[in-house]
Amino acid sequence: MSDTLSPQIRFGSNAGQPATRRDGLAKVTGVATFAADNTPEGLLYAVYAPAKIARGRVSHLDVAAAEAHPGVTHVITPQNRPELQGDPSAKPTMFSFRTEVLQDDTVCYAGQPIALVLGETLEAATEGARLLAPQYVADPVRVALDDNLATSFEPAGFGLPGGASHGDVEAGHAAATRSIDVSYETAAQYHNAMETHAIVAQWDGDRLTLDTPSQALNLSCAGFAYFFGIPPENVTLRSPYIGGGFGSKAIPTGPQVLAILAARMTQRPVKLMFTRQQMFGPVGHRGATRQRLRLGVDENTALTVIDHEGLAETSTFDDFVEPAANASQDLYAAGALRASHRLVRLDVGTPGPMRGPGEASGSAALECAMDEMAEVAGMDPLEFRLRNYAETQPGTGLPYSSKALRECYAEGAARFGWEGRPLEPRQMQGADGLLTGWGMGTALFPCPMFAAEARATLRPDGTALFETSAVDMGQGAWTVLAQIAADSLGLTLDQVEFRAGHSALPDGGVAGGSGHTATAGGALHAAGGDVLRQLGELATEDPQSPLYGAGNSSLVARDGWLLLEEDESRRERFADILIRAGQTEMTGTGHGGRAPEAAGRHAMNSHGAVFAEVKVDPDLCQVRVTRLVGAFAAGRIINPRLTESQLMGGMIWGTSFALHEAARHDRRSGRIVNADFAGYHVPVNADVSGLEVITVHEDDPYVNALGIKGVGEIGIVGTVGAIGNAIWHATGKRVRHFPIRIADLLAP
Amino acid sequence: MKHFDYVQPKTMDEALASWEPGASWLGGGTNLVDLMKLGVTQPQRVIDLTRIPDLGEITFQQDGSVRIGAMVSNAALARHAGFAQHFPMVAEALLSGASGQLRNMATVAGNLMQRTRCAYFQEETAACNRRTPGAGCDARDSDEELRALLGASPACVATNPSDFCVPLAALEAQVEVRGVNGTREIPFADFHLLPGDQPERETALEEGELIIALHLSAAAAGFARHARYLKVRDRTSFAFATTAAAAALRMEDGIITEGRLALGAVAARPWRVAEAEALLVGHAPDAALFGRAAEAAMAGAEAPAHLEWKIDLARRTAARALAMAAVGTPARMPALPASPFGQQNGDLAHV
Ligand SMILES: Cc1cc2nc3c(=O)[nH]c(=O)nc-3n(C[C@H](O)[C@H](O)[C@H](O)COP(=O)(O)OP(=O)(O)OC[C@H]3O[C@@H](n4cnc5c(N)ncnc54)[C@H](O)[C@@H]3O)c2cc1C
Ligand code: SF4
Repeated sequence: MSDTLSPQIRFGSNAGQPATRRDGLAKVTGVATFAADNTPEGLLYAVYAPAKIARGRVSHLDVAAAEAHPGVTHVITPQNRPELQGDPSAKPTMFSFRTEVLQDDTVCYAGQPIALVLGETLEAATEGARLLAPQYVADPVRVALDDNLATSFEPAGFGLPGGASHGDVEAGHAAATRSIDVSYETAAQYHNAMETHAIVAQWDGDRLTLDTPSQALNLSCAGFAYFFGIPPENVTLRSPYIGGGFGSKAIPTGPQVLAILAARMTQRPVKLMFTRQQMFGPVGHRGATRQRLRLGVDENTALTVIDHEGLAETSTFDDFVEPAANASQDLYAAGALRASHRLVRLDVGTPGPMRGPGEASGSAALECAMDEMAEVAGMDPLEFRLRNYAETQPGTGLPYSSKALRECYAEGAARFGWEGRPLEPRQMQGADGLLTGWGMGTALFPCPMFAAEARATLRPDGTALFETSAVDMGQGAWTVLAQIAADSLGLTLDQVEFRAGHSALPDGGVAGGSGHTATAGGALHAAGGDVLRQLGELATEDPQSPLYGAGNSSLVARDGWLLLEEDESRRERFADILIRAGQTEMTGTGHGGRAPEAAGRHAMNSHGAVFAEVKVDPDLCQVRVTRLVGAFAAGRIINPRLTESQLMGGMIWGTSFALHEAARHDRRSGRIVNADFAGYHVPVNADVSGLEVITVHEDDPYVNALGIKGVGEIGIVGTVGAIGNAIWHATGKRVRHFPIRIADLLAP
Repeated sequence: MKHFDYVQPKTMDEALASWEPGASWLGGGTNLVDLMKLGVTQPQRVIDLTRIPDLGEITFQQDGSVRIGAMVSNAALARHAGFAQHFPMVAEALLSGASGQLRNMATVAGNLMQRTRCAYFQEETAACNRRTPGAGCDARDSDEELRALLGASPACVATNPSDFCVPLAALEAQVEVRGVNGTREIPFADFHLLPGDQPERETALEEGELIIALHLSAAAAGFARHARYLKVRDRTSFAFATTAAAAALRMEDGIITEGRLALGAVAARPWRVAEAEALLVGHAPDAALFGRAAEAAMAGAEAPAHLEWKIDLARRTAARALAMAAVGTPARMPALPASPFGQQNGDLAHV
């Protein structure tokens, strides 16, 4: 990764340990301040009125009634909204969507902000927003995949995914001796992190301070600054703790921009926090998909073709097409592959990335289709996957940087007890009458890296300060990144002070794509290495040092000492090196990222295999996932405890995807009718009875210097298909949409 | 937030005196406060009943009947050892409802009075006859799944969402209510009203009356050995019923001498059909018999095409609940109360 790493950095004293969360105590005792916990002097509360129709225009707002309500100070509508300096339709950063900031009276989706009310109390602003009693001129809505025409599009980066193809697809179809042609649907899911989106905005002249959860602090600063015509460095963004991001907190949303605008207009601090219901609108969602999969095998049950066509919803005014078909591209050794996408424009908010974008939805369909193909071929699903195991990247022939998927299959299957699974469905019925089914799915997630910077400061007392703006979304970055940082200087975890979550710190990049630990961790590690390099130079060039003449590359750092590796009696304390050099501190900087050459030499993915057991009541058709075993190979595991949590969380989301989560629209207004947790279901404890994670050892010398892949998203992938397949195995019913519900299994 | 008066009477007389039209009684607030936040109900005055001491007692009388104070929490009632022993399916139904936190807050009276979960009722901007008489019903032609299969009217197709009320209906509880004109008892069957052309009238309570207690008779306790509640839903816990049934049998020498069956989530009140119960009497438990009883209980059910499965599921639920009751009440409350997955040692699934 970095050529400044000349002294050997011990890696492993802290990395590999199941350290508990450094922020755990602060969180459970309520000391940790989340964005909305900030209540500066003179605060105004902002509440936006959401549209209750999905298409049309607002014909009337009772502004007078709202303004007359005691405590309401301002009502902002398209008529009086102060100017923004930036164009809300522009995309100022890599992750931007057109933001809805009261441009006009048009309504493009239910939940869209149509006015903003400010009040001296939250209650006043809330009632003010209600008193606006909007009236609409409504147009017929399009909220289901068949409600509008499906169209193709030109790929264009974020939001408009390219497909993938290799080999001769038509020849692949023709060569198949057995084939399937199936369509799967996945439902729209809405972002609902525990912490809803919130912002506290304060202006001081042309300087802006924001408390808001952000998965990409410095990008968000640039995004917000753009709208207000100020340089990004004028924006201070604090995001020390985030109650879950999952992709929704990387992108500035309209209501947040409006709150900042309101603060500038009133010259007072303004707080806006989304209600749970408001999460079903402007913060992005996983768009519904319909995926057609045509697979064929030859007489040896080798895949001749994977033909994966994805159709996904997007909004009428911006583009984010779920890249579902791309989930098929790196996994199985098919003779030919085509992964393609089309879109359908609906009266919904713009979808966006949600934990495992593309892979989660795509794998749900692919893994079920793989089982359908195995069934047609009369083969065990695991054996069928092994038969079509990709030894090198399909299409390119590139080697994998590492791929312990075979071991994942083996260890997962052994732990689960897959052997002896009857091939036919409906073969396992217990004394309690319940049908049991076993299913599996393969998981794959790529290993992207963004770019991050970090700074390390060695202090005279031998402790060190590490700084990067990188955020902790709840996944444990406060701990994991500190572990990596400590290792870079050979220090213990408690000798390291770690500062993060503030935009004034070196740019920590984006917490997304499961690349955060690798990227920000790489930067921190390089920063520590930079300090060691300088220390080594000082020592080895100084005749007074026991290390004089040793040469940089044979040094190691441990417990505050720099030592000669082959003769540890030659050593010197960090502090002594600094003192003799007349320095009180030493600062190093580091960069994390992947060189483009490295990206071209290997295919890089995390892998896994998920095994599911379900029980189904044969008459009542209620389903319960009784066991999930996931075996994952994801490079070096920095913290097994937090990794297990991440993977478990992913697998639980997989359960949610398979059995529960779905936004339901009212077909006339287009409103989401189950926009709260009483109606929008995610699994509860009783839905998760047996959950086991295995991490399979994997050394990856190529993916990055630390050998880190990601674990944030892959847990969902594979799990959905495994559950769908297990339900088939229990019942003999192949349900081709998610979530799978009682009504589906009851149908004759 | 809309401003309202909040009063905390310390006695029943104070409570009755603080009533005014447009006021609401407050129990645990788990339903009322949510609806106030949604703007669905907007009381001028909220009268908190939780500080009135004598509303929080569970009292067994000499004759074996029990009187349950209106403000007893759902959790406390379900966990009351004597109560759960005598009325196991009531306890099972309570424990299958909502979540632990909600049951700690929710009161007996509040549970009886909880409003429908119809999504259009809960959305201020939707047309709803129950909320605004004469406004129309947006649910009727929608994909709403929580929809009455029985007893619906053109004006309203909402269901009563309570689990607790289903076994109470089966066991013929009495609701003791009090108003300025004194105290009266309302048989459970008359308590919740079908919508007819006045869906805004949901219960038999008169303006200004409040529930002060619930009574279950000694005869009701006679079903304790064969009484189960079954709740079917997509999520294993913390979800309203898709379908539910309370079944209670009295058996002598393997023959059913009396049967009770009430269905939940299928109508604006727990659904009981005398003919279905009569079918059971004099027979040994048998899957076909229970199937016929379930059929009779659902006689006349109607559903739009997208919900026809629910009629089938309700029948299956009723038949299964009867089968479970016939096997016998388990010695201990199942870890998953009322769940098809709550069976112990596999001995309860099939007769
Ligand atoms: C997320 C969620 C899930 C739930 N799941 C379930 C479930 O699965 N099964 C189920 O059965 N229930 C469920 N519930 C509903 C829950 O049981 C009710 O909210 C609760 O029982 C209401 O009791 P409360 O004391 O909080 O009533 P409150 O909210 O205080 O009052 C409810 C109504 O009763 C009236 N009222 C209160 N006390 C009296 C009185 N003494 N006399 C007359 N009127 C009175 C109030 O004016 C109000 O109209 C759920 C609720 C929520 C929020
Ligand atoms: S079904 Fe009843 S409660 Fe629901 S909208 Fe119609 S009238 Fe209102």
